[in-house]
Amino acid sequence: MADAEIAGSTAGGGGEPLGLVGRCYAVAVITAALVCPLELGVGGSPWSQVLVLAALYVACEWLVRRQALSAAGGVETQTRWTAFFPVLLAAATLLRPGAAALVPVLGAVLAPAEPPRALRRAWNAAQLALAACAAAEVFDATGGSSELTRRQFPEVLGPTLLAALAFCVVTALLVGGIRVAAERADPYTVWRGALLRSLLPCLGYGLIGLMMAVLWSSYGGLAAVLVLLPLTVSSWVYAQFQQEEAAHQATVSALVQAVEIKDEYTRGHSERVSRASVLMARELRMAEERVASLRVAGILHDIGKLGVPTRVLRKNGPLTDDEHEAVQLHPTFGHEMVRGIGFLGEAREGILHHHERMDGRGYPTGLAGEEIPEFARVIAVADAFDSMTSTRSYRRGRPVTEAVVELERCAGSQFDPVMVEALVRAVRRHGWQPAAPTAADEDAPDVPLGIREPRRPAGAGASGAGAAGVKNAATRVAR
Amino acid sequence: MRRPAVPMQQAVSTRGRSGRRSGGAGAPATVDAARVGRLPRRVVAVYAAAVLLVLASGVWLAVYGFVEAWIALGFGTLVAVGELLRTTLPGDRVQAPLGAAAALAYALLGALAGERTHHGVAQVVVVTTGAAMVGMVPRVARGRQPCWDSVARRVLSVGVAALLFQPFYNRGVLLRYGLEHGPANGAYLALCAGVAALTDMGLAALLAGSHSGARFAHALRDECCALLRIGSAIVATGVVIAIAAGEIGLWALPLFSVPLLLTQAGFRRYAAIRATQRQTIASLARATEVAGYTLPGHAQRVTLLACRVGRELALTEGELLLLEYAALMHDIGQLSLVDPIPGGATALLSRAEQRRIGQLGSEVIRRTGVPPEVAEIVARLAEPYRRPDGTRDGDVPLAARIVRVANAFDDLACDDPGPARREEVLVQLREETAQEYEPRVVEALARVCQRMPG
Repeated sequence: MADAEIAGSTAGGGGEPLGLVGRCYAVAVITAALVCPLELGVGGSPWSQVLVLAALYVACEWLVRRQALSAAGGVETQTRWTAFFPVLLAAATLLRPGAAALVPVLGAVLAPAEPPRALRRAWNAAQLALAACAAAEVFDATGGSSELTRRQFPEVLGPTLLAALAFCVVTALLVGGIRVAAERADPYTVWRGALLRSLLPCLGYGLIGLMMAVLWSSYGGLAAVLVLLPLTVSSWVYAQFQQEEAAHQATVSALVQAVEIKDEYTRGHSERVSRASVLMARELRMAEERVASLRVAGILHDIGKLGVPTRVLRKNGPLTDDEHEAVQLHPTFGHEMVRGIGFLGEAREGILHHHERMDGRGYPTGLAGEEIPEFARVIAVADAFDSMTSTRSYRRGRPVTEAVVELERCAGSQFDPVMVEALVRAVRRHGWQPAAPTAADEDAPDVPLGIREPRRPAGAGASGAGAAGVKNAATRVAR
Repeated sequence: MRRPAVPMQQAVSTRGRSGRRSGGAGAPATVDAARVGRLPRRVVAVYAAAVLLVLASGVWLAVYGFVEAWIALGFGTLVAVGELLRTTLPGDRVQAPLGAAAALAYALLGALAGERTHHGVAQVVVVTTGAAMVGMVPRVARGRQPCWDSVARRVLSVGVAALLFQPFYNRGVLLRYGLEHGPANGAYLALCAGVAALTDMGLAALLAGSHSGARFAHALRDECCALLRIGSAIVATGVVIAIAAGEIGLWALPLFSVPLLLTQAGFRRYAAIRATQRQTIASLARATEVAGYTLPGHAQRVTLLACRVGRELALTEGELLLLEYAALMHDIGQLSLVDPIPGGATALLSRAEQRRIGQLGSEVIRRTGVPPEVAEIVARLAEPYRRPDGTRDGDVPLAARIVRVANAFDDLACDDPGPARREEVLVQLREETAQEYEPRVVEALARVCQRMPG
């Protein structure tokens, strides 16, 4: 649920240090929050209403935090629900701006926070207060208050949505601001992301707040509880969802670990291929869902090695033709294994074809050029790049620059030049951290790179291409 | 030796088509019912009650007439839309939360925008049933089965809510006792809706129980666990729509559906990730087959069998899920072996070797993020029913004893799927109940085998 995103962002940048600029910014916001309500005035709002709403806000927050905690098995993982906005928006429609600003204060002060605690709590309270205040001001200014008391539907929906919009914009600006100040993040991306993520949930919260306000005069707290009940259920579901998602990620990495038990060379390799593929996908401006799918495809690309006999995988010498054939079955095995996983979609094709070559001499089917699925072309480059920069027992890892030259040499024949270029740009922009060499790797010989061409055309038991080719060539030289 | 696998796809899709129930793998229950060729008596009784109620309401309306058609149309539309947005909840329950809430709201509707309404129980039943049928049309047009179970449940539970509210409202009884305004009204409506929700749960348990052969108490326990949260959201939304319509008229319908729709979307995502997790674990289970350690389809067959036995022994849905995961991954420890066991049949290995595989497997499973109980089950798979000195280890989870029996059955019977061979293997397992296998589990397996098609 996207509404959790903005809720999380109110925690003042999570656990990162604030820095001097960040602190100054937070203090400025807190001062503004103190001045604003005084200027606008608390007005004739009844204090009992302010108290009930504040108590409701505290209770909802507590409940939601507890649900997130119990779902995480008592360990505070990323509890992103740190605010319960519908109550605040109800306050914005029911109360004068100054009084609405008081509602979130108690909840923000009582909520747990990272150190420096006092500053973070004050900051959370201040930015929520300013947002609630702005929403109430907009609701009043657009005539929402009188329409609400006269039950004018649908006219009152306009001011409500405007108030929710104001709440969303103010929160996004303030929260984005602290990220810009504290982490030197790029302001445009921060604000755009925050606004896009929170816009729709905020409009929904606005409507829910309006519902509470409609029922408030005749039914009081009971109506509020009934309106909020589905929301607490949905936050429970969200916590369950997060837990199950984490479990699913663990299961995927367990699949990978099963391969790493068999083939010690690949320790961490899958993770790094996945990371490189994602960096490349970002350079290629792929849609987010595809990037997520590609991440999993990268992790699982060698999963089929489970089907290759351990003795072949661990062999420290040249492979016979039969053994090559066994190794070359791994994309097919991998595809067979992940066949049943519905959400993988495109990723399954990526796993099946990640050893194809642009000139059609790869395996398992000998596709060429554009016939090769895009995911497979990405993974092929990432796979070869990581193989070359990692240290294996038969060869020391090569520097990134050397690997890049080699990739560029093979672009067109083995790799898609577009993908190679994406990788080069990604590495230039983000840097690359190859696998840390272990003590055992000290003896690895220093062997120059050189990707061997397959001896025979595809399908006829050609000796490995790509990463496997590097491995064979190097093994030969090493002996 | 190798025989074609029972693909997981097939097991999964059978479950999908059979509607809801069966938290575990496969749907033996409905298949069994279909084979018998007639519906269980309890199901017939529920259906008959629902049909009678609708017919009686229709006759009543024909005699006394239909009132306030626009209000009926408004609520009916929301019911139909809610029916269209039917979604699958975790545990393969198909639900239409918005449709249920809208029907409840119409049953509990007193005033609309300050004006009194005059519809009675009969009109509520006819309108909500008709709207639900209309909402099901696209589903049926796409070739899916209509869920008669949920229609029957809806008719009866909404009827109960309307019966508790409409007659008293229309005759002014509520007004006399001060239950028509303010918090007292809200509380009374919540009470009516609560009774309706309990009725629905009871009916769901009755139907689920007679489909799967589980006892009513067990089915009721499962339904309560599964429906408690979404049920309370439905009740709250139904009540809120009813009272808000009293304040602001039909605008309350779209407006107050928003929170429930959000909740429904959350449940849908949760169910989706649960399904994905199950598929991924099935892939992990397939790893031993791809690697040549076990025969194709072994993990799936053991899982299907273990879940049927588990249901026979009245495990809860939560326990069945753990059992399913453990059965799928029971051979995962073999991945750590350098040389495969001939035929992958662990039942024929020495105890020490079985224990070692169980331990290795549980270490892998601990890293998968499934509940830790699953690793414990797999670690204890090798434990016999009685130790050599005749004592029993009470700590071994029932799920471990079930997987142990199911695994042995498949290891022994996989080369010949015929009923004669099944009988032979059962005799063999029964002979070993003194030491190796728990008699209760073997008997449950025998009952499951009897129901298997030849």
